[in-house]
Amino acid sequence: MRARRKALLAVVLLGGLAAAAIAEAQPPPSGITYPPGTSKQKQMQLGEGLFAANCASCHGFRGEGVLTPREGGVGGISGQGPSLIGVGEMAPDFYLRTGRMPIGHAGEEPERQRPYFSSHEIEAISAYVASFGGGPEVPEPEPDYGSPAEGMSLFTEHCAGCHQIVGEGGYVTGAKVPVLGHATPTEIAEAVRIGPFLMPKFPKSQISDDDLDKIIAYVQRSKHPEDPGGWGIGHIGPVPEGIVAWLVAAIVLVGFCAVIGRRLSS
Amino acid sequence: MKTGTKLKLALLTAFGFLREAGRRKKPERIVKAEGGDPRAELVVALLLLGAAACAVAFVVIYALDWSHLTRWLGLSLGACLLLIAAALIHAGETFVPTEELEEDYPPLEHPEAQEELGQIGRESVGGFTRKRLLLGAAGAAGAALGAALVVPAASLGPFLDTESFYYSPWHRDRRLVDEQGKPYRADEIEYETFYTAFPENAYREELAAPLVVVRVDPSELELPEGRGNWAPEGIVAYSKICTHAGCAVALYRKPRFPQAEPRPALVCPCHYSTFDPAEGGKVIFGPAGRELPQLPLLVDSAGELRAAGDFSAPVGPSFWGVRTRRPTA
Repeated sequence: MRARRKALLAVVLLGGLAAAAIAEAQPPPSGITYPPGTSKQKQMQLGEGLFAANCASCHGFRGEGVLTPREGGVGGISGQGPSLIGVGEMAPDFYLRTGRMPIGHAGEEPERQRPYFSSHEIEAISAYVASFGGGPEVPEPEPDYGSPAEGMSLFTEHCAGCHQIVGEGGYVTGAKVPVLGHATPTEIAEAVRIGPFLMPKFPKSQISDDDLDKIIAYVQRSKHPEDPGGWGIGHIGPVPEGIVAWLVAAIVLVGFCAVIGRRLSS
Repeated sequence: MKTGTKLKLALLTAFGFLREAGRRKKPERIVKAEGGDPRAELVVALLLLGAAACAVAFVVIYALDWSHLTRWLGLSLGACLLLIAAALIHAGETFVPTEELEEDYPPLEHPEAQEELGQIGRESVGGFTRKRLLLGAAGAAGAALGAALVVPAASLGPFLDTESFYYSPWHRDRRLVDEQGKPYRADEIEYETFYTAFPENAYREELAAPLVVVRVDPSELELPEGRGNWAPEGIVAYSKICTHAGCAVALYRKPRFPQAEPRPALVCPCHYSTFDPAEGGKVIFGPAGRELPQLPLLVDSAGELRAAGDFSAPVGPSFWGVRTRRPTA
């Protein structure tokens, strides 16, 4: 009876953990407010409504930004954020398609998750944000024309310091560096030109559009590395390789001890 | 006492001791000398000599600077240690006297017989017959392994000769060029990104050659005393070599929304030393022990960036006396 109760407890605990893990992996797109009558509006109207309801508390109603936090915002959100005038369609497209916006509070690192808005809604918000004062359009990279080999050398020079050589991400002082495994070619091109959060931007004088195609071609290739060694162990460099080496070395050393001590036991 | 006299004395003492040891007469055997195990001894000697050969191979590979053959360095040293281990195991299993006996001895009636008994015990179990060969081989393995472990210290650099660390190719009016050799114009340097620059017409592999250049809002500059005109239009240049371990400072942390995010910083990817470009390269995080050396800049009449002098301090990892003087061309 006690054993059964224990087993039941274990099942319940495991189930709870699994549920928590699922919830962690895919937070529900909560907190999005839909203004009334959004289903049959024109694009600009829809964008304006969604922006006013979900973005304006931090970015200002005409995208002018809120430089000092507002006192007593709704739900404790004080509302502070950069100006969006002149960012064009590119920045909202990037931040919304990767689920990085909206964030809880200014200064928090925007992280990739399931997008809060549908593709149609994202296009509407992007068009509305672009209407604040021009700015770059959504880029259209052509990685099929880029050489992954040259891209690797460019990626090593410009990106790998933070993103790691096969785009596995990591840490820098002040931020978690995102994994590039899910980034689409358009999102990579956008991030390079925008410089989200603490990443520097790379203007065309630094990385030309041709070079960008090469870099994206390499990132696409690096999502499935060939692993000539046989076992990638997470592709995060020498640390897991060292751990494996130590585990294997430990077993070999124990074997040696057994050989040395053989005569004593016989 | 002088060192020379000491050395002579030590040599004489050692020589005298050796002669004494040679003259000492061997006591007569009680047990007839047995054959021992010459084959096993030969195997052990061969293993030890093999270990010596591996260690010598390590020294040779290292000395010839086949830097792409790191795996052979590791393999030779590993094989040396393995062979020494195998020799010790084999010796232990064949001819090193090991015997476990349990017997209650009565209290010794004749203590003088104790030595004799010990001799009987030692001589009854095979033992070494080619002691000098084995000692020689073990000595060779030990000496060669010691050499293999000590020799890489040569990589630590010129011993106490720090003169070359002060060299810098920068001097007043030398232009800053990009990787293709094109001079940088001040108006090309944008906010929110960073540039790598080299000295025009100079060897780029010098430690002091590469620079990292960023544009900072002039109102946010807080350069140390005496650097008032080092940053025209807010453009600052620092050595790209981290003062901690000499890695390239290849990361620029740039906040998208400076009001709420960490301030701009130059970051070294090796150990995350973080330097503040607005405050003269001050260390704000990480293991670096001193600020990033700053290069004074000027904008010439053509709008191009030039050095206005040499670095504020020697570049690269710190060394003895690094704070005593500034670099020279």
